[in-house]
Amino acid sequence: MTTVTTSRYTAEYQSIAPLLPGQALPWLQSLRTQALEKFSVHGFPSLREEEWRYTNVAAIEKKLFSPSINLESSHIDTDWLKLHQLEDAWSVVLVDGHFSAELSVLDGLPDSVSVLNMADALVKCPKLLENYLGQGVDNAEHSFIAFTTAWFTDGLFVHVPARQVLAKPVQVLHIATQADVLATTRTVIIANEMAEAKVIETFVGLDVAYLSAAVTEVFVGANADVTLYKMQCESEKAYHFGGTYVKQSRDARFKHHNFAFGGLLARCDIHTDLDVASECELNGLYLGVKRQHIDNHTRINHLKPNAVSRELYKGVLDDRARGVFQGRVIVDIDAQKTDSQMNNRNLLLSDDAEADTKPQLEIYADDVKCGHGVTVGQLDEKSIFYLQSRCIDEETARNILTFAFANEMVDKIKIKGLHDRVLEQVLVRFPQEGVEKSWL
Amino acid sequence: MLSINNLTVNVNDKQILKGINLEIKAGEIHAIMGPNGSGKSTLSHILSGKAGYEVTGGTVTYQGKNLLEMPPEIRAREGVFLAFQYPVEIPGVSNIYLLKAALNSIRKHHGQPEVDAMDFLTLVKGKVRLLEMDEKFLYRAVNEGFSGGEKKRNEILQMAILEPKLCILDETDSGLDIDALKVVAEGVNSLRSPDRSFVMVTHYQRLLDYIKPDFVHVLAHGQIVKSGGAELALELEEKGYGWVEQAAA
Repeated sequence: MTTVTTSRYTAEYQSIAPLLPGQALPWLQSLRTQALEKFSVHGFPSLREEEWRYTNVAAIEKKLFSPSINLESSHIDTDWLKLHQLEDAWSVVLVDGHFSAELSVLDGLPDSVSVLNMADALVKCPKLLENYLGQGVDNAEHSFIAFTTAWFTDGLFVHVPARQVLAKPVQVLHIATQADVLATTRTVIIANEMAEAKVIETFVGLDVAYLSAAVTEVFVGANADVTLYKMQCESEKAYHFGGTYVKQSRDARFKHHNFAFGGLLARCDIHTDLDVASECELNGLYLGVKRQHIDNHTRINHLKPNAVSRELYKGVLDDRARGVFQGRVIVDIDAQKTDSQMNNRNLLLSDDAEADTKPQLEIYADDVKCGHGVTVGQLDEKSIFYLQSRCIDEETARNILTFAFANEMVDKIKIKGLHDRVLEQVLVRFPQEGVEKSWL
Repeated sequence: MLSINNLTVNVNDKQILKGINLEIKAGEIHAIMGPNGSGKSTLSHILSGKAGYEVTGGTVTYQGKNLLEMPPEIRAREGVFLAFQYPVEIPGVSNIYLLKAALNSIRKHHGQPEVDAMDFLTLVKGKVRLLEMDEKFLYRAVNEGFSGGEKKRNEILQMAILEPKLCILDETDSGLDIDALKVVAEGVNSLRSPDRSFVMVTHYQRLLDYIKPDFVHVLAHGQIVKSGGAELALELEEKGYGWVEQAAA
């Protein structure tokens, strides 16, 4: 399975390794070495692997995406940045995988709370990170995980101690600016007991081909509350691999909103482990146009009793775009009284668009309430007639309903600045004539 | 206002309406009653332009125009309003958006400019109070997660704002408790005017306790088998539909 191209990545690694953060930390060095070994053996995932059967990543093996050396970020157009950077938030800006202090906004943080870039965090709080980095997901999960562990140059670190509530959301803004660049990041978010945090991960890039690989581990303490938004708006030529791995303690609440709009090829995995009476909500919206391939994998592990999971993923696919949804819910033998609902709905706007959907329930407990549903289709004729009977012509009715299909997910965003930006991106991709933005 | 002459309608090659004749003048309220399967809903759907019905004969004239030729949205803009038996849920579109889109479509149809944003809000909020609804409803998605009563109330709210000429209420009382029914009936009564007509399609006489019709028609097997005044509804309530069906047979 090891190809010449994967060994090019591995061969190049020796020259990159000395520049990576955490050189002074033996535990991290050993984690990276182990990851590199895994990756050297397996290479990137292949279509033969069940979890990758719909998504061919051969293209990234053909190219060699290389990490950028640390660079000045003064060439970032500030007007363009404003389109993506939230005003009322703390932000960590990563340009081509490296922290930019001048573009980031971190003043006014409470002393007890840590929000900083990963490279600095490895210097300032290595002991804490040793207990968390790589604990939310194992290098063996799949070779992209191992790849990010070995290659990561930076990322975000958030630590909210017990009972602290973050007054503003934290945004990590990943920006890709160079052709053929490899931006690899690892993020760790810790919310201790009863803490609350909202974090936004935004991915954007200039109109060039690049590879963005970002893995996030989230630890939600007992009765803590974390909402994570992912706004994936990579360039149409880019490759994006993202993973979000969540550990929820007893009574913990976790909400994820995954907006997958960009990339030529984009894959995102979201896994969460549920302890007693914890709750998770996974929301997703993927919009594909032209030849985009957008793949989302979710796995919800009900490990203990009385936990609740709700999942709704929606896709709108036009032109020759392809959307993939694989959702697994696994209910362990101990997880009695599990309450789980998973839904995936797809709207196909062209004959050449394709949706591959595969919901899976694996239930080992006997007293549970689990359901799932899938739809792939066109607009509902009853809804079209309802709008017509309210004076709206058929074409506009179709446009409104297409927009509404996506907007249901956008409306779930509780942060206004983010809501407006996501809405804008929906309308850029599907400029529905007759949908009056000013009335929304 | 509306003139239906010898209307026959097929659904999937089966004749559902078998020669309907009905004359509705401005300001009148007509109740159309009948047992399940008599063709009541078909009649309201055919008037509002729903697809899936084949008109095989007869005419429907609305304000001097051939109603059957118009697409549904043109009928609506010309003042025909169908209050649905089962209002459709539309996640992702707020009530206020739909109301604005609908009202502006009517205004455009009549060559008028878009409604002023402030005037619109004043108008809508006034009607919301009239129907004893919470203003928050306006910003929720159309009918999504509404109770049966809330959905019906929402239909009447739309009617109150769009000010149609011909209002067709399709089984509006089904699924309503008595309090919700009173609110809906009050809403309808407040809209009564000399230039607005109502067609109330209903299975039950109960609605007619609160909205008094000028005429009652009994529909059975696709035909109007009996017409009379408001007292006919009481008779039906007492005796059931069996006797009119038999009398017609």
